[in-house]
Amino acid sequence: MRIAGLLAAPMAWLVVVYLGALLALFITAFWTVDDFTGQLVRTFTLKNFQEVFSNPAYLTTVLRTLGIALSVTVVCLVLALPLAMFMARIAKPSWRPLMVALVLTPLWASYLVKVYAWRAMLQPESGVIAWFLKPLGLSGPGYGTVGIIITLTYLWLPYMILPIYAGLTRLPNSMLDASADLGASGGRTFRSIVVPMIFPSVVAGSIFTFSLSLGDYITAQIVGGTTTMLGNVVQTTYVTNLPFAAAVATIPVVIVLLYLTAVRRSGALENL
Amino acid sequence: MHTKRLLKVADVASAVAMLAAACGGSSSSSSASGGANGGAAGSAAAVPGGAAFAGPVGDGEGQLNVLAWPGYAENGSSDPNVDWVTPFEKATGCKVNVKSFGTSDEAVKLMQGGGWDVVSASGDATLRLIYGDTVQPVNTDLVPNYKDIFPDLKMQKFNSVAGVPFGIPHGRGANLIMYNTKDVTPAPDSWAPTFEADSPYKGYVTAYDSPIFIADAAVYLMATKPELGIKDPYALDQKQFDAAMALLQQQKPLISEYWSDYTKAVDAFKSGTTKIGTSWQVINNLAKADGATVEAVKAKEGATGWSDTWMVAKDAKNINCAYKWLDWIVSPKVNAQVAEWFGEAPSNSKSCAETSDKSFCDTYHAADTAYWKDVYYWNTPTAKCLDGRTGVQCVPYSEWATAWSALRSS
Repeated sequence: MRIAGLLAAPMAWLVVVYLGALLALFITAFWTVDDFTGQLVRTFTLKNFQEVFSNPAYLTTVLRTLGIALSVTVVCLVLALPLAMFMARIAKPSWRPLMVALVLTPLWASYLVKVYAWRAMLQPESGVIAWFLKPLGLSGPGYGTVGIIITLTYLWLPYMILPIYAGLTRLPNSMLDASADLGASGGRTFRSIVVPMIFPSVVAGSIFTFSLSLGDYITAQIVGGTTTMLGNVVQTTYVTNLPFAAAVATIPVVIVLLYLTAVRRSGALENL
Repeated sequence: MHTKRLLKVADVASAVAMLAAACGGSSSSSSASGGANGGAAGSAAAVPGGAAFAGPVGDGEGQLNVLAWPGYAENGSSDPNVDWVTPFEKATGCKVNVKSFGTSDEAVKLMQGGGWDVVSASGDATLRLIYGDTVQPVNTDLVPNYKDIFPDLKMQKFNSVAGVPFGIPHGRGANLIMYNTKDVTPAPDSWAPTFEADSPYKGYVTAYDSPIFIADAAVYLMATKPELGIKDPYALDQKQFDAAMALLQQQKPLISEYWSDYTKAVDAFKSGTTKIGTSWQVINNLAKADGATVEAVKAKEGATGWSDTWMVAKDAKNINCAYKWLDWIVSPKVNAQVAEWFGEAPSNSKSCAETSDKSFCDTYHAADTAYWKDVYYWNTPTAKCLDGRTGVQCVPYSEWATAWSALRSS
């Protein structure tokens, strides 16, 4: 009884505020607006979804956003794996808290400050990156899709490192020893022992990096040049056409739900 | 439920009255205003927004929530010498909370959300606010400085309905071509380098990130493709609209960045990411103050522009402070300060004597009616063509918005 009382408030919060908002979003997507004042007209229509799916520009944006979110996830994984490996298995155990703190430090700075810092660094001619690449005869990525991927990777990398690090610290030494005793090489141990054991951690990290990237629009605005993501479409249309923006906003929700379903099927969630 | 439906009917009735006024010229507009007066005496139904504040303006409520274009309500935080909010607070006891917005669409959305007392609305927002029932008529008798406002700014299509004023004109300006004097030679006098595919500044062009920018393309087409017959850049039929969109599609590869946040535009010009493009005088001033080598000029093809109006929210909680603000912001001295800081022509005829630069009003053509002939003030496009054409449908603003978002997404 007491537990039920304790849980009531968070459950009410979850249902009313969280699911309620999602439901409101979904319902709004079937309404329309007054052509002139831009105010809501509550009549049922499918035209918002028709517009989203019939206009190739929006389909391109969906694919581009998906591509960006996937790239960010892959790059984060590639960077996080060796780093977490070093932190958890190679460095002295007494250093671990310090290294975890260092990984966490970027999270203490404001999101906007970090993105504007990247805007300065990515500047096509005078930025630090362009300046470094100039002697090599290369030019920087400038503002655009690559700039977005780099910046988002920087922003979400800690969310990938930490779960993998946690997974690796939980890896029992006895298993690695047994593998070595049975004559497996380092690579074989990694493939047959380490990867299956930390797979749930990788999935957990990828849920963060993927869904955070999928919904981002401020980074695209600041370092994206003319590139837009789904969030930008929502942002530019919600003022004049809220139902259309709601229809667009359901797309990332559906994508994340599909992703979570796929992850659940793989059984990774149970092992977390 | 019932009252809502009644309000709808009232809206339609007043819309018809307004359209009649717009079509029929002076004779029918006087009859429409007569009708509005009758309405004010009988019921408030003829004009949206209900009745204006009857007055008298009493003591302030202690605070005022202001929604303004950046640079319109400065309290010294941008530049310690630029401050007309603090003196207002001292004089009236109304503490001012300011929020600035980057586009008219943002202003409309924020106003619909409620909680604001006054807003500086451009012509592409005013009618949406009036017919969206988010603002109230303004009793100009309670604003002593109203009498000194330039007559050609009063009672315009975008700041009054059926002879009922909905705000106090604040100032006007043109959207300019801004360019980096080091990189852009010779100095441009045309929009061509920002639109034409063979522009030497490919990859360094900027444009305003709002559906209303479609009108800028239309202004350029008015000069370069007269066969399209565009008379008013806010009254585009489907063919003209498609031509404007095609021009914007052609412009897209030239663009380095679109801007709607003016600080981003300042930064882009300072860093050299952007070398030429659409801008406001205030952006030019801020970039110059930071040492950028930039200039801004009006294009020979003409330009879009703005004529801004201070309006009062329908549900304004601080009505006395709101009227004090309306009078303060168009008082000669303050109006001159705002105009000089933002870089626009003041609306108060007496402001010209108060500017620190005595030639300011000449530079900004405050009283020069001819200068404003090819400046097309932002307006809200409607299905019924604003230029008075009949027998053809124009593209309404909601479709401008979807076309713009599709262009930006492609």
